[in-house]
Amino acid sequence: MTPATPAAEPHTAFEAANPHLAKKKFLEDAAEHVRDTGHRAFVRKALGGYYTSRDTQKSRYRDWEQARDAASLAKWSAVNRLDELLPRFVAKFEANGGRVHWARNAEEARDIILGLLRATKQEAIIKSKCMTSEEIHLNAAMEADGYGVVESDLGEFIQQLRGEPPYHFVFPCMHVRRDEISDLFGKHLGTPPTDSPEELTMIARRHMRRLYIDADVGITGANFLVAETGQISITENEGNARLTAALPRVHIAISGIEKVIEHLDDLAVLLPMLATAGAGQPMTCYNTLYAGPRKPGECDGPEEMHLVLLDNSRTALLADPEQRDALHCIRCGACLNVCPIFKNVGGFTYGTTYQGPIGSVITPHLRGLADWNHLSGASSLCGACTDACPVRIDIHHHLLHNRRNAAISAPSRLERLGHRLFVMVAKRPWLFATGGAVFRRTLWLIKKLRPPLLRDWLATRDLPPAPAHSFRSLWRTRA
Amino acid sequence: MAPQVGLAVARVLERLGHTCEFRPAQTCCGQPSFNSGYWDEARSVAIHALDVFAGAEAVVGPSGSCVAMMRVFYPQILTGTPHEQAALDLAARTFEFGEFLVEKLGVTDVGARFPHRVTYHDGCHGLRELRIKNAPRELLRHVRDLEFVECDDTESCCGFGGLFSVKYPMISTAMAEVKGGSLARTECDYIVSSDPSCQLQLDGWLSRSGKKPRTIHLAEVLAGADA
Repeated sequence: MTPATPAAEPHTAFEAANPHLAKKKFLEDAAEHVRDTGHRAFVRKALGGYYTSRDTQKSRYRDWEQARDAASLAKWSAVNRLDELLPRFVAKFEANGGRVHWARNAEEARDIILGLLRATKQEAIIKSKCMTSEEIHLNAAMEADGYGVVESDLGEFIQQLRGEPPYHFVFPCMHVRRDEISDLFGKHLGTPPTDSPEELTMIARRHMRRLYIDADVGITGANFLVAETGQISITENEGNARLTAALPRVHIAISGIEKVIEHLDDLAVLLPMLATAGAGQPMTCYNTLYAGPRKPGECDGPEEMHLVLLDNSRTALLADPEQRDALHCIRCGACLNVCPIFKNVGGFTYGTTYQGPIGSVITPHLRGLADWNHLSGASSLCGACTDACPVRIDIHHHLLHNRRNAAISAPSRLERLGHRLFVMVAKRPWLFATGGAVFRRTLWLIKKLRPPLLRDWLATRDLPPAPAHSFRSLWRTRA
Repeated sequence: MAPQVGLAVARVLERLGHTCEFRPAQTCCGQPSFNSGYWDEARSVAIHALDVFAGAEAVVGPSGSCVAMMRVFYPQILTGTPHEQAALDLAARTFEFGEFLVEKLGVTDVGARFPHRVTYHDGCHGLRELRIKNAPRELLRHVRDLEFVECDDTESCCGFGGLFSVKYPMISTAMAEVKGGSLARTECDYIVSSDPSCQLQLDGWLSRSGKKPRTIHLAEVLAGADA
């Protein structure tokens, strides 16, 4: 059973104004998105390339399924011993010269970071990709306090210029066409139009170099926290996180508490699997371990290194033995990439920090089941996500668990009545058979009347005429 | 909605020398309530089914979805109740039709003829809850005059998902559009399926959008049905 969910923080201005309309907005946005067949085909095509490279890389494992077992075990044993491993990590990290700040929720995390910024008396901030910062709406808070912040991950930079949140938590601008990026750079950076991906990358790179040098504070996320050594592991493809962490005077990392793992050796399976499942790569281009600030006698690295450890309902999820494995998530995005719902409604329709199947599982825990259960309902339960998950989270069954929890904590009276009627019929074979006969004889009329639900079917799909005879009667009379 | 499927199942099994029985007390497996989160209601229907199928040597269902409900989910929702053992017992005796032929009876050639070009649609419950992938293909490979073509998108969901298809009709239809489109591109005459619910969804969309192929149940192909 899910423990009581804490009061959720509004995610957008819309949500703040309409706390209980998330479902309505989801349905409207989904309906609008599915009409954009060009966009859907574009996303399918982009992911088609990913499937090919993912499968190529998977085939290089001697046994991918065993690798999943190993990765899942590493995360399972860490998540189930957070009480022991977190203090061990913190002791090592602080012994290395870093400082840990504990945040119970988004507000505390923002206050800690804004406090650190005020203490450094600096204003220029460079930031690498960090979904936890999206979760706590950090950029908006920093900007409101007058700080200038620039996203250094190319995809996040593009999204920042577009004024949009990430579309996909690993591929933030996967929905944006190359010519749109060219126009965007032209508008904001004054660069000439180009169709070359290399040139577009170089434009961003040239723009960014100066900013790394000028920035006083670098903010990063964290992929893993290694308890054994007190190191932060960060995975990236562009080298921007290294510059973000190394060049500014102060490095602030933000991480959910579930990111801790016990052994450095665990990375031997987790890093390649993160790369393969997430992006179809053998390894991500840059995998760096950060072990504290610059030490006496060292020539580079930040003078201060802070780590904000965020709970934000994670301990509540930890207390749920049924769905605790959702904390195994390494945010690879594999479940989004295979999800037919994600591919057809797009990343923004979810209205959440974490999109796709894993987002539909955890968002009700982060922001309240009553307002977010519709995401668990918006699934055909096909299970492609669960098969894709490198750490074996039972994703699609957790959608069922959320539906059950919602039916208990906030049942819809009408729906419950419907199910009770259904049980009444299903437990009485004579009534079931009679109901079937009535249905067969009146289906033509029902189709004309178009009652709710059937109306939704008939709007886009045909329904064949009812068969003349039931299986029961055919069985009785067969030779 | 598809009485011919049950009859086809019986025809194939009887041709192989087995005796088929239909118990008129049989109704629904209860999945609509289970998937909607109304597990108390689903439990009540499940207990009825346990009674109905008590004593049967094997229970064969022509639907990966219903079989997954009975084999995978009954034991889960009845754990810790007095019906737990009966649920596990039924789960061990319950088989999906194609799986039963290949895995349980060891039969891959049922002597069928079907002179058409067909592709196979993997239903999600059969594929991912029951791990059925090869059995239907093995069976189709042995059908005389049948030309099999694999769809490059064969493991994608058709978008039915039970009540999902009417609670989120736009997403469900978008999924049918993608999967139905891929299936139609194989230029097959028939799309073979082991799930009447997927058939309802795919045929519903194919018919509305004027695409040619229609679905047919695996049992109908194996029974030698020729439309």
